[in-house]
Amino acid sequence: MNILVCISKAPDTTSKITFKDNDTKFNEDGVQFIVNPYDEWYALVRALELKEAQGGNVTIISVGGADYEPIMRKALAIGADEAVRVDSPAIDAYQVAAEIANYATSNAFDLVLTGKETINYNGSQVGGMIAAIMDVPYTSNATKLEVSGNAATIERDKQGGVEVLEVNLPAVISAAKGMAEQRIPNMRGIMAARSKPLSVISATVTDSLTETIRFSLPPAKGDVTLIDPENITELINLLHSEAKVI
Amino acid sequence: MNVLVFAESDNGKVAKAAFEAATYGAKVASTTGGTAAVVTYGNLDQAGLNELASYGISKILHCAAITDLDPSQLTKLTIAAAEETSAELIVFSHDYTGKSIAPLVSAKMKAGMVAGAIDYPETGGDFIVKTNVFSGKAFAQVKIKTDKKIITLIPNAIPNAISKVKAEGAADVSAFSPELGAQSVKVKDFKSEGGEGINLTEAELVVSAGRGLKGPENWTMIEELAKELGAATACSRPVSDIGWRPHHEHVGQTGIAIRPNLYIAIGISGAIQHLAGVNGSKVIVVINTDKEAPFFKAADYGVVGDAFVVVPKMIEAVKAFKAGQA
Ligand SMILES: Cc1cc2nc3c(=O)[nH]c(=O)nc-3n(C[C@H](O)[C@H](O)[C@H](O)COP(=O)(O)OP(=O)(O)OC[C@H]3O[C@@H](n4cnc5c(N)ncnc54)[C@H](O)[C@@H]3O)c2cc1C
Ligand SMILES: Nc1ncnc2c1ncn2[C@@H]1O[C@H](COP(=O)(O)O)[C@@H](O)[C@H]1O
Repeated sequence: MNILVCISKAPDTTSKITFKDNDTKFNEDGVQFIVNPYDEWYALVRALELKEAQGGNVTIISVGGADYEPIMRKALAIGADEAVRVDSPAIDAYQVAAEIANYATSNAFDLVLTGKETINYNGSQVGGMIAAIMDVPYTSNATKLEVSGNAATIERDKQGGVEVLEVNLPAVISAAKGMAEQRIPNMRGIMAARSKPLSVISATVTDSLTETIRFSLPPAKGDVTLIDPENITELINLLHSEAKVI
Repeated sequence: MNVLVFAESDNGKVAKAAFEAATYGAKVASTTGGTAAVVTYGNLDQAGLNELASYGISKILHCAAITDLDPSQLTKLTIAAAEETSAELIVFSHDYTGKSIAPLVSAKMKAGMVAGAIDYPETGGDFIVKTNVFSGKAFAQVKIKTDKKIITLIPNAIPNAISKVKAEGAADVSAFSPELGAQSVKVKDFKSEGGEGINLTEAELVVSAGRGLKGPENWTMIEELAKELGAATACSRPVSDIGWRPHHEHVGQTGIAIRPNLYIAIGISGAIQHLAGVNGSKVIVVINTDKEAPFFKAADYGVVGDAFVVVPKMIEAVKAFKAGQA
């Protein structure tokens, strides 16, 4: 089975978020970048498990500049066989999805896995867009994935329980917590990653549909009002008369 | 501009988030001189359809043939409905269903999409939408460059998000059955975890607890407080990981993100990954024995105290408050 895993770059969750150039760009100074957690822990690791069980090949793909290569090497160190970087900045979800869909279609993948969302943009858009452009089935937020022959069985959490779904391959599936356990790359993996193929291909898509104009930060939170544990009635009164939430 | 709102149904009822999306869509339509229509599916009751219309919706297209959440069929349905109503903007709720369908509609129509809107769009010059980014730590203004546009709206993000503009009367409902093609996803089973309480993403009030509660047996008081308040229950990640609570209650960066009016955090330390899922809440109350717990920095009201003492007092105080209101 040939699996394509979409890998994006994200600021470490504890990073301080600031902007530059009149709030038009994310300020990357001093920010530690990681593989987007959903892509790494769940999509990539599950792809590796499926390959280990059934044979095949795991390719990772990123749409981004040369600055993506360190996180791509990390994905190779965890165990992906090869990497492809589409040499273009990621402009919007559609442009990223169209690049990935073009590559996936011309290279006949059985399964395309994405994370459920990027932690920087939280869009949950790219996976569905890839599926629509490829014209193959899509399921989002999968917490379990089994593949048997031509069919994938997926579980996902829904209010009140867990839904079990089946789709035929090829398909695009977005991965959420539960699908696999995080793997830490070992020394051998890190050494091997250096010599694994990382090919750079030119962009084929030129149009984006949206453009980010400006960023802003939420207003700073005021100080907390502390309530005496002996006087909980006051808390309820404040929630009613001051905060007006009950 | 004409607006089409995708209204999700759940067990025959129109979802609350759909009423919000309808109000939002109707307001955008009226400020830009257009009309708002709804497309919906499944086994819906007439009362729900009539109520939808009262939020400023002029026409409802209803496809009874689709009953499962099948992204491919719902995408075809939405695109056909957008053509039928000459919609330039399609509004979804940024929930489970919206996230499964909106990106597909966007890519098929090449209509620019903004996911997770938290305000009405600017429509004077460029079409610009404010959205949440960096797990709630920042906002972005995103311009949609295409003629056809798509927005997914974060539930509970807009104050007074649901407002009626006319009395409930019989809605203008048309049966709508465009060519849908084959189903792409088969629903094989639904394993119920029993949690038939209030839908967490839609809840206005949420009572949440963490490892400070020490064991699953101590959730009785959490559930009682939630019941008295009419709130949904939530939990921190370690609590669902060790199986004290069902997974769908887990909020945070790896769980779900919520924006209730009131979030009460009991015995939760307030780690950054937890805050990522709840920092959009309007009012946060923190109850924790440790006055240094990081959650107090994100809180509006705090009680430094033992949950086992404070929560029972809260239950009594809420009961007394309700009695006073009645
Ligand atoms: C990449 C990543 C993603 C993560 N995603 C999430 C996520 O989505 N959601 C999430 O919640 N976590 C997430 N975590 C875990 C997160 O970092 C914290 O470990 C977790 O939120 C802590 O849960 P807690 O507050 O329940 O437990 P603890 O950190 O153990 O805190 C318990 C708190 O209870 C207080 N307490 C103890 N006894 C009492 C008492 N009797 N009365 C009142 N208070 C009491 C303590 O003072 C303490 O503050 C993630 C971690 C990582 C690394
Ligand atoms: N620049 C990118 N390159 C490769 N994959 C990406 C990129 N951006 C997003 N993805 C994939 O799409 C998923 C969803 O992203 P998003 O729509 O931004 O929430 C991510 O978890 C990744 O798997």
